Amino acid sequence: MTSIAIPAGMPQYDDVPRFDVVRVRADFPILSREINGHPLVYLDSANTSHKPRQVLDVLDEHYARHNANVSRSVHTLGTEATEAYEGARAKVAAFINAPSPDEVVFTKNSTEAINIVAYAFSNASLRPDGDPRFRLGPGDEVVISEMEHHSNIVPWQLLCERTGATLRWFPVTDQGRLDESGLDDLVTERTKIVSLVHVSNILGTVNATSRITARVREVGALLLLDCSQSVPHLPMDVVDLDADYIVFTGHKMLGPTGIGVLWGRGELLAAMPPVFGGGSMIETVTMARSTFAAPPARFEAGTPPIAEAVALGAAVDYLNGVGMRAIQWHEKELTAYALDAFATVPDLRIFGPAVPVGRGGTISFALGDVHPHDVGQVLDSLGVQVRVGHHCAKPVCSRFGVPAMTRASFYLYTTTEEIDALVGGLEQVRKVFD
Amino acid sequence: MVQLDQLYQEIILDHYKRPHGRGLRDADDSGDQVAEAHHVNPTCGDEVTVRVATDGTVLHDISYDGMGCSISQASASVLHELLRGRNAGEAFEVHEAFVELMSGRGQVTPDEDVLGDGVAFAGVARYPARVKCALLPWMAFKDAAARAGVGVSPEVKA
Repeated sequence: MTSIAIPAGMPQYDDVPRFDVVRVRADFPILSREINGHPLVYLDSANTSHKPRQVLDVLDEHYARHNANVSRSVHTLGTEATEAYEGARAKVAAFINAPSPDEVVFTKNSTEAINIVAYAFSNASLRPDGDPRFRLGPGDEVVISEMEHHSNIVPWQLLCERTGATLRWFPVTDQGRLDESGLDDLVTERTKIVSLVHVSNILGTVNATSRITARVREVGALLLLDCSQSVPHLPMDVVDLDADYIVFTGHKMLGPTGIGVLWGRGELLAAMPPVFGGGSMIETVTMARSTFAAPPARFEAGTPPIAEAVALGAAVDYLNGVGMRAIQWHEKELTAYALDAFATVPDLRIFGPAVPVGRGGTISFALGDVHPHDVGQVLDSLGVQVRVGHHCAKPVCSRFGVPAMTRASFYLYTTTEEIDALVGGLEQVRKVFD
Repeated sequence: MVQLDQLYQEIILDHYKRPHGRGLRDADDSGDQVAEAHHVNPTCGDEVTVRVATDGTVLHDISYDGMGCSISQASASVLHELLRGRNAGEAFEVHEAFVELMSGRGQVTPDEDVLGDGVAFAGVARYPARVKCALLPWMAFKDAAARAGVGVSPEVKA
């Protein structure tokens, strides 16, 4: 491994909080599975994470003991379910240092969270009394980047189609970093919203957002950060990050599928028109018109994913128990180890930052000209689970001139032995396709 | 690795490494109808273009180009080898047999007299995630043929 000497008097690596990865792994039942006769080596956590027993138990317990609909029942079960649901909201709010739980809107996933913001913008654009911050029309601009997941591209393309606004984007450098050189020309007085990925799901890049935030404030636009790949992996503080909205999803952070989060500044959420109409989001309804509840209820029409939210709260408890700084450091060490190990594999080309600085534990690569599908298939035969394909980020693949990539991604339960298994598997791939 | 050998049969790797008839070609005979179809696999980004040249009876040429995994590219090579120069009616019978083989989850025994090197794909049918790869050029072929005036394809409107 690369050794780095830290000057005396500075915090040393020993000061970093650590945890016992073997004990953590024992909490995840799926990790004892075998795949094709080999121990499971799961290197696809950027796709979805596994769930510890503590989360599965809460999910089971909710349905077995506390099942009822929320926010509408006076009976005991209804009260228990509501308390658990709102308790999960408070846990999530504290986890990201949101000033108030009311700023946490539960959604289905990050995709839905981004779409809620995009549709609130177009709904505001249709109403003469819509808040001018959300009103879009010809001449206005939305700025994204070439590094985005499709979920942070398509909703804005559709919004621009609906409103006549123009979509612009930051390019990506050869090293897989956001190219901020054109910042002042890209983000201007015409910009209404900038929506960027915090940590790339394909390149692993952690985007430094402070310069962009400063420019966004200067021109009076709004900033949304897609934190799907950051909230699960590093300490999140929305006050410190100084964004206007962040989105993330439960299933990538040890929680179940079907639950995600839109966090927005309270004052912004309060000014946004509703997107989905239905039960739970109203103040009063007559046959002629309706008035709407305050956030977060305004954006949670219909019966929400109650058990999923409660289990997400349990996932947050689990992550807090291990410690987000410790998880971040564990992944940093794994990333440094993997980058060193990959350097020993002939014909392996890494897409994205080649150093373990300003990048997370998600590494995409090509192995010679072997197609990623074939790489993934041979690895699967050895029990090694990686993602292959375009990773819902086709523009990134195009940027680097490939139709697809192979991606290994790590989490708190990943070990260096698993990275060794991957590297050994790549040797097998080379043998089959030499 | 035994299972894997069933997927990556030598015949498949051979067609992948040394593809037959690759590259899009114009018709030799000026009387031929020429049409092509471009298909993509949205889950992995693989692409193939298949071009058919026919006088309405015989498929004088089937040419192709594309990028993708070993299974999809080898499948295009086998398709070219099997169907080029065949009578359209026969070609569609082979097409049907190949689709049946790929949809069979490994339960269909292929007929080598009909499918030739295509029998090597029997193992692929056991990998649901890869069936689409094998079928990609065959579906593009069906569209291209319909556009050239032979056969019908649900994706081509009259």
